[in-house]
Amino acid sequence: MNVAVGTQEQARNDAYSLPLEKIDPANADRFQNDTIWPYFERLRREAPIHYTADSAYGPYWSVTKWNDIMAVDTNHEVFSSADGIVLATLESIRENEKIRGPRDRNAGGFISMDPPHHGPKRKTVTPVVAPDNLARMAPQVRERAGLILDSLPIGQEFDWVDRVSKELTAMTLATLFDFPFEDRRKLTYWSDMFTNAPGHGPARSWAHKKEAADECFGAFADLWNQRVNAEPSFDMISMLAHSPATRNMDPREYQGHVVLLIIGGNDTTRNTISGSVYALNRFPEQYAKLRANNGLVTSMVSETIRWQTPLAHMRRTALRDFDLKGHKIKEGDKVVMWYVSGNRDEDVIADPNAYIIDRERPRQHLSFGFGIHRCVGNRIAELQLQIIWEEIMKRFPDIRVAGEPTRTHSSFVKGYETLPVVIPARN
Amino acid sequence: MPKIKYIEHNGKEHVADVPEGWSVMEGAVKNMIPGIDADCGGACACATCHVFVDDPAMAAKIPPKTDMEETMLDFAPEIAPNSRLSCQIKVTKELDGLVVRMPQSQH
Repeated sequence: MNVAVGTQEQARNDAYSLPLEKIDPANADRFQNDTIWPYFERLRREAPIHYTADSAYGPYWSVTKWNDIMAVDTNHEVFSSADGIVLATLESIRENEKIRGPRDRNAGGFISMDPPHHGPKRKTVTPVVAPDNLARMAPQVRERAGLILDSLPIGQEFDWVDRVSKELTAMTLATLFDFPFEDRRKLTYWSDMFTNAPGHGPARSWAHKKEAADECFGAFADLWNQRVNAEPSFDMISMLAHSPATRNMDPREYQGHVVLLIIGGNDTTRNTISGSVYALNRFPEQYAKLRANNGLVTSMVSETIRWQTPLAHMRRTALRDFDLKGHKIKEGDKVVMWYVSGNRDEDVIADPNAYIIDRERPRQHLSFGFGIHRCVGNRIAELQLQIIWEEIMKRFPDIRVAGEPTRTHSSFVKGYETLPVVIPARN
Repeated sequence: MPKIKYIEHNGKEHVADVPEGWSVMEGAVKNMIPGIDADCGGACACATCHVFVDDPAMAAKIPPKTDMEETMLDFAPEIAPNSRLSCQIKVTKELDGLVVRMPQSQH
């Protein structure tokens, strides 16, 4: 533990001694070693709208306080998603262009589109995550959660990420796509191959990433062809293949939707499930509170979504020059909304670094974004978290974190590669 | 003080005295009436305070939807022509007796 404390102290010293303009909050190394916090704290205090002139991502603005993030997120007329929603490294932009040619505007999934392109495409898939369908899916998610938990070893260390978080979310995603169930972990693998830079996660090189993308897009092209020639069914691929808004998409736009739905439907919930176990161990008095009152599962889920912030940021591009609280944002500038920082904004959230499962307004968090691009699958994410914890509480008095997790090397996906745990006993 | 009646999706009714100037959403949240989540806190930036205003005469007393309200509602499930975001309905004397009904769930 002393090593970790020392690292955090060093990070605090570094964060406050660097010249402000040299701060590059998107540095992925700091997300991996969990030393981002003092940097964002300093930016919120001293430069809440901040410009990094030179970085691996090129120049970009950082918006780190709640109200400013809200102002950018709800102003889609100025802050466009059509040029992409992730702050990508210049290297990854170059490598992707080599493979697929220059990126067209509004050509990815609907999350990377502005109105009027965005709305009809988003609405194509929303029935799958609407209340009626969630109610239909809940018993199935519960049964699967039970089977996963019943298969876990007792008194023996194992990786929670692999055995539980990835497994449950892969099953749910396979159902949403009506993807071959036995191949479900390919979805997890492809997601990790899309989000990781070479040398991180399972990705070895750009060529390796391309190989995985080709395999993924090939499998999804087959699914499209199957569904388009069959009667419409209630899964996202069939809906995309039959809806007037999406059935004439070119392959590249379809691929953009596949990437969006795989990452959005997988990494986020996966990492929040892992984050819930980790947070309840970091804050044992909160775990005790939960054990004493199962009724707190719902608010614990929302608090975990805030505390974890499974997607650390969303990026926009200014469509015209814009004055954001006295800062001259120029047309074409990249603007990053750091949800991970807004969720720790002490002016809006009381005691924001603490994990408190019975907050007065637990749903007050930025993790789903706000405005027209607000997370479409938020309720199915909450449903999976709610159910897994209801089933955990029935079975296990304790899940004990047995060592520090390894974290994802990314300033976008804020998650865990591994989380060693021990379950000492069954109820 | 204007009285607002909130009807949960399961039919349970709540009547609250809501000060003029508050929104209908605030009237629910501050009186702990369930069924309105208001995740964004009243910024017209989500759709988790969705309600139905059934009485056309009452609905006519509420200023029309802004583009942003239309857009946010457009992405919500269970939308009807009488759907509103309750954070965008400011309580006035004229709205005394307003009845709002809640959807199955807020998205």
